[in-house]
Amino acid sequence: MQDDIILNVSDLKKYFNTAEGVVRAVDGVSFNIRYGETLALVGESGSGKTTTGHVIMGFYSPDDGKIIYKNRYDLSAPMKKRPLELKRDIQIVFQDPGTSLNPKRLVKDIISLPLLIHKTIDKRRIYDKVAELLEYVGLSEEFMFKYPHELGGGEKQLVAVARALAPQPSFIILDESTSALDVSSQAKVLNTLVKIQKELQLTYLLITHDLGVVRNISQRVMIMYLGKIYEEAPTEKFFKSPMHPYTQMLLSSIPTLSEEDEKIKPKGIESIGEIPSAVKPPNGCRFHTRCPFAKPVCSQRDPPDIVLDSNHIVRCWLYE
Amino acid sequence: MQESSVNEVKFLELEKKVKRENWKRMWFRFRRSKLSMVGLSIILILLLMAVFAEYIAPYPSHAGLHIAFKNAYRPPSFEHILGTDMYGRDVFSRIIFGFRYAFMMIGLVLSLVTPTGVILGLIAGYYRGTFIETVIVRLSDIFISLPPLVLALSIASILEPNIFNAMMAVSLMWWPWYVKLTYSMTVSIRNEPFILAAESQGASTLHILFRELLPIQLGTILTKVTLDAGWVILIGAAISFVGLGAQPPTPDLGTMVSEYSKYLPEYWWMSLGPAASIVLIILAFNLLGDGIRDVFAGE
Ligand SMILES: Nc1ncnc2c1ncn2[C@@H]1O[C@H](COP(=O)(O)OP(=O)(O)OP(=O)(O)O)[C@@H](O)[C@H]1O
Ligand SMILES: [Mg+2]
Repeated sequence: MQDDIILNVSDLKKYFNTAEGVVRAVDGVSFNIRYGETLALVGESGSGKTTTGHVIMGFYSPDDGKIIYKNRYDLSAPMKKRPLELKRDIQIVFQDPGTSLNPKRLVKDIISLPLLIHKTIDKRRIYDKVAELLEYVGLSEEFMFKYPHELGGGEKQLVAVARALAPQPSFIILDESTSALDVSSQAKVLNTLVKIQKELQLTYLLITHDLGVVRNISQRVMIMYLGKIYEEAPTEKFFKSPMHPYTQMLLSSIPTLSEEDEKIKPKGIESIGEIPSAVKPPNGCRFHTRCPFAKPVCSQRDPPDIVLDSNHIVRCWLYE
Repeated sequence: MQESSVNEVKFLELEKKVKRENWKRMWFRFRRSKLSMVGLSIILILLLMAVFAEYIAPYPSHAGLHIAFKNAYRPPSFEHILGTDMYGRDVFSRIIFGFRYAFMMIGLVLSLVTPTGVILGLIAGYYRGTFIETVIVRLSDIFISLPPLVLALSIASILEPNIFNAMMAVSLMWWPWYVKLTYSMTVSIRNEPFILAAESQGASTLHILFRELLPIQLGTILTKVTLDAGWVILIGAAISFVGLGAQPPTPDLGTMVSEYSKYLPEYWWMSLGPAASIVLIILAFNLLGDGIRDVFAGE
């Protein structure tokens, strides 16, 4: 394995048993994340992005596949069995600021928990450290003695970021961490995330369906649809020359702000149909039911990995 | 090792201040409701009477066995504001000692039942989907299905019928309700992101149970404890009424009602006092419980 890879996921599967049947939330996903980069995981609701993140965190054990972290840790082990240093090194910031902080705990208690667990700091300097972390994410020290309900959405999310930073991690999963916020808080949180990434050399897995966010902060993008990844490209290529019809459809559906953006936007693919149920996903390429270019083979066999150049991969029969 | 810095001391003071202000805010919210204040005052007064019964009761010696037939069956008067009973004992004095037993019953039952039920409920909810959950939930279902009177009857037939054993019987059927309450609340918040966050950062199970899950439920639990206090008295009275609880001459309110009701309706004052006291206690705890609920609901 290459040295610059922090996380290697191969053929990851996670199924859920539900009343309607088996939900194939993640169904054979492989990717690498490099040290210090932001890899965006994009897809419509229900495509399995959160599940992928949660399996990496250890909230669920995978049904199949391997997750190797820093070349030496096996992340397919459930959270309880992971060594403490992993719980320090991998952090998550959730989507909903309303539920990511315990309503009955002071901000200071929330942020100091990881400091105390991992003994990052002498107990007698806890307050100083919490104040420092708050300041680092752009909040004043007065927030220390507030309860979450006294904070706004953006402030809560910044507290969640401070909590994630506290144990000095190398890798953070950002699961739609800004999508529940208003535009100005969104910008504030995003700027903070970008700043701290640079200064602390953090690696991000950015889960989102907001392509604007993707464009602003990620270096590479993966497109997920019904539990599978269909395209993987550097951000620039992703926006300039999207290959998979699904990617093209997603890109043509985003509202654009400038004329320039409008010009580069792929044309001609209108979003048709609804995303099918993950209980009975279509055979072959899962997108074929909505794809205007679908060929007979698309509904029969899984598309192969087409490597367009070293870091642009598309899974689609059109390019065979 | 470093000394705590100046900043550190400043922050510590600040934290204390914030916590003090929170208590003040809660007290303010509680005080806004007149009825809860009435409930709290009644309970405090009764509690004081119970503690200082010897000094407050006009005839402290009448609490237990005391016979003065020449004073028997006196209706309420200046000397005996709630009259006297068939042995000539002052009913009011006996009621004051009755409060002592009432609070002892409440204290005994709730101090056994609440921690047991809450801890088991937290554990069962936290270990959802494992055999630990199954064992705790099944066990509570079994105990919950036992009627308290039958339980008291069987305990009284094995051991001797007295107030302590009656309360043990009551406790035995009571803890599962706390399991149910905390279990269902725990299950509903068990997988909230803030719990996952703490777990994923390496927080211990003890921390998750008592520092993350419990604080959220505290208001609901406290409300139930307060409302239940009244029920303990009622069930205790029922058990005493059928003769399985406290035995005469114990000045227990339920026992008094049971003994004195035989003299109804002619000597109505004997049962009136004890019965009204039971109602008063239940009412007061209900008012207090409502107040506590509002304090926590308002957050
Ligand atoms: N714990 C679970 N039990 C059962 N099904 C689940 C569970 N978690 C997720 N799913 C299902 O798995 C599929 C993928 O869900 P997931 O939350 O990973 O999607 P997502 O891409 O994050 O969507 P969104 O953009 O809405 O957050 C969905 O069909 C969802 O209903
Ligand atoms: Mg999601």
